[in-house]
Amino acid sequence: MEELQQAVSILLAVELIWNLCEVLFIEAAPAGALLRHLLDWVRLHKADVDEKAQEVLQSESPVQHQAYWDVVLCYVLQGRMEEAAQMLMKQASQQPAARAAYKLMDTLLTKMPVYSPGGTQTQTEFDVRWRQWHQECNRCLEDGSFASYSQLELICRILVGDEDTLLAQRERLSTWYHFLVTRLLYCHPIVKPTELHYYAQASMDMFLDARSGPEPLDSILLAAFEFDIHQVIKDCSIALNNWWFVAHLTDLLDHCKLLQSHNLHFGSNLREFLLLEYASGLFTHHSLWQLAVDYFDHCPEFGRVYLELQIERVPLDTEHKAVKVLRICEQRQMAEQVRSICKIMAKKALRNSRLGSALSWSIRAKDAAFATLISERFLQEYCSHGTFSDLDLIDNLGSAMLLSDRLTFLGKYREFHKLYGEKRFAEGARLLLSLMTAKIAPRNFWMTLLTDALPLLEQKQVIFSAEQTYELMRCLEEAGRWDLNGPSCSRILQEDDIEATKVELLRLALARNLALAIVKEGTIEV
Amino acid sequence: MECINAKFVSQKISKIRWRPVSSSTLQQPDIFATGSWDNEDNKVSLWSVGEHGFSKMDDDFEGDPQLLCEYQHNGDVLGLQTLSVAQHWDRAHHYPCDSAPCTGVVCNSPEIVTVGEDGRVILFRVDHKGILRTIDNADSSTIHAVTFLRTTEVLTVNSFGQLKLWDFRQQGNEPAQILSLSGDRVPLHCVDRHPNQQHIVATGGQDGMLCIWDVRQDSMPFSLMKAHSAEMWEVHFHPSNPDHLFTCSEDGSLLHWENSTNSDTPSFLQGGRNTSIMSRSTVVPVGGNQSLTSSWLGGDSSKVHLEATHMLPTQTLPVNSLDVLGQCLVCGTDGEAIYVNKRVPV
Repeated sequence: MEELQQAVSILLAVELIWNLCEVLFIEAAPAGALLRHLLDWVRLHKADVDEKAQEVLQSESPVQHQAYWDVVLCYVLQGRMEEAAQMLMKQASQQPAARAAYKLMDTLLTKMPVYSPGGTQTQTEFDVRWRQWHQECNRCLEDGSFASYSQLELICRILVGDEDTLLAQRERLSTWYHFLVTRLLYCHPIVKPTELHYYAQASMDMFLDARSGPEPLDSILLAAFEFDIHQVIKDCSIALNNWWFVAHLTDLLDHCKLLQSHNLHFGSNLREFLLLEYASGLFTHHSLWQLAVDYFDHCPEFGRVYLELQIERVPLDTEHKAVKVLRICEQRQMAEQVRSICKIMAKKALRNSRLGSALSWSIRAKDAAFATLISERFLQEYCSHGTFSDLDLIDNLGSAMLLSDRLTFLGKYREFHKLYGEKRFAEGARLLLSLMTAKIAPRNFWMTLLTDALPLLEQKQVIFSAEQTYELMRCLEEAGRWDLNGPSCSRILQEDDIEATKVELLRLALARNLALAIVKEGTIEV
Repeated sequence: MECINAKFVSQKISKIRWRPVSSSTLQQPDIFATGSWDNEDNKVSLWSVGEHGFSKMDDDFEGDPQLLCEYQHNGDVLGLQTLSVAQHWDRAHHYPCDSAPCTGVVCNSPEIVTVGEDGRVILFRVDHKGILRTIDNADSSTIHAVTFLRTTEVLTVNSFGQLKLWDFRQQGNEPAQILSLSGDRVPLHCVDRHPNQQHIVATGGQDGMLCIWDVRQDSMPFSLMKAHSAEMWEVHFHPSNPDHLFTCSEDGSLLHWENSTNSDTPSFLQGGRNTSIMSRSTVVPVGGNQSLTSSWLGGDSSKVHLEATHMLPTQTLPVNSLDVLGQCLVCGTDGEAIYVNKRVPV
């Protein structure tokens, strides 16, 4: 609960600063209009008077309500003359004897000149009228018109801008900037922006205890009144514990072209530096990382680099998330990152023996090396089990086959098995041979392929032509040579025996087939 | 378009479903459930939409928190029955040494079928504690979505661009049928069956293509349409008005497809932001029986007219899920927002 309270108070303070910056920096109102904006600002942030007023008005006898005068005075302090006058009228109707005094007060309140920018009157005209009104109020005080009505006298003193009276209203003002604005309203209504900081400093000194130093909020506001943007940003960065407010404020000011861009040692200009800091912070959040991407997009100089580094570090627990991260990378043409993320996912899939998943990730990344790895796995499984796993995958590779040589071999080898199964021996034989002659098959697999050719050679009808048989013989020799020179020198004697027998059988089968083929081809059909 | 209401809920929504209303009453659906993702503690929440003119959403009550939801995805919530019978099947989907995310759920009371990244298809029964049947190694790649075709048949789509038909009456672990697009093996993310005609199925893929398939035909999809510029997450036929189709995607848009044959109103008189399809190819089935085809499988492209309308006012962050019932459409996005539209023109 306390945390929430704290958060709320920080949010209110931040809003206060933001609105003030809007008024001073972005609106940049000139003298005259400036005060109107400041009044709005104070009214916005001191809205409890409306609640009190509601309470008073809804009570049975508003005039008797204990908060009645409180409300009236607050209205006056905020420069809300109409409302104050309306409230007072209630009192006036209750006390017919004091009608004259109340009428006078009413006049004073409603006749206060209000500067309207873009109106017909110039500043000097307004000044004259205002001074007249001010003198009128003074005269009323000196005359003693309100002598018997302490409250009305108090109001009149405020209207005159008496400092001591205003200071005495400390509780109702509650903050030094409220004091400042009220003071300006009743003493210097056409305050110029450049003069603002004198009054601000003075008000702060008068209002606050000399003993306690200024709070962070106070120094930030003071810096704003001094029109020192950089100081405001600096103080806010120190006071607040994350970059959210500062980054957005700076961004806004930058767009209004209020920040002079002086290059920092890192992070190009101030705006970009702050945005990068903020976005980097977002990236560490478990779910807000998606928003950070947009922020990086809007940092022209370093945004992309930062994004490239950060996006690879998003934890990928599910494929769903990985797909989203990949889409972000692909939309920004970050090929490197796409490859590395796909590789991570493929490796994970491989570790869990999800060969199909691994393959689909490699296809997305167009990663030939990894596809080769996966094909090797498939082939290993075939060698050890004698059958293919995941036939649904291998049978339907489609154009993905062309991604890597090994994959193509896998697909074609499976095709051979299918042809054999369908008893299309001639086609199968051609395919088998082409796998070796076109060098698609890896060398270490040639023995297996030749062993596969055995049943074809043993068939009653001649399947391999003489030409093909010569090819097969050549392949056998090459395979034998490779075996001798190959890296697998450390082989068990037993295997050697089996290998030798295999080769013998093959040689025999080939020789027989050759004989039959030559005879067949030499025979003329009669 | 003005009747869209947005509510920000501080959680990224991964799934959203209306609570079904009985078709006998004519009332509009008013309660829906959402599932979140990417949070440290994910939640399934129930929401209610008021009955006033412009609906205001009240967070009525929250459902079960922490329903294993790092592995998001709650599919069709079968109304009140499933909600009151809370069953928890732990580690139903798993790898040899780890749990695997379950990617899809579909119910056809009282049976529930789930699929996961481990390539398993699992059949549960609502009143049964254990697993009724598992098809191990149904797929070597991740299965993304599943839907019921008939009471005993389901259709799954995987990350290798294949649709597989499984028949639970058959023993064994082989699919009854495999369909796929020739050419690139693009992962398919979602599938939905036509409510009235059980052989028509729509799928959406990683490249944003919307495909309409006829399951009776072999292999090839009936039509392909380029719907979105990024992954399509969900596709739904309107349950009572199947000439309307809804899709949502990673590119932040939600499209409403309307299939109107012999439409007399020219497109510029119809409201909303219309985008006509850029490329559409229809493949007339070879020797196929045309008399029973629905408008989705219409062969003559001059007669069939397909309109797509954007349902969301601006491009938002990715739209993960949508559901439509009657005239009410609801969708959830990664921008932590739920959009409700109570006046969908169907």
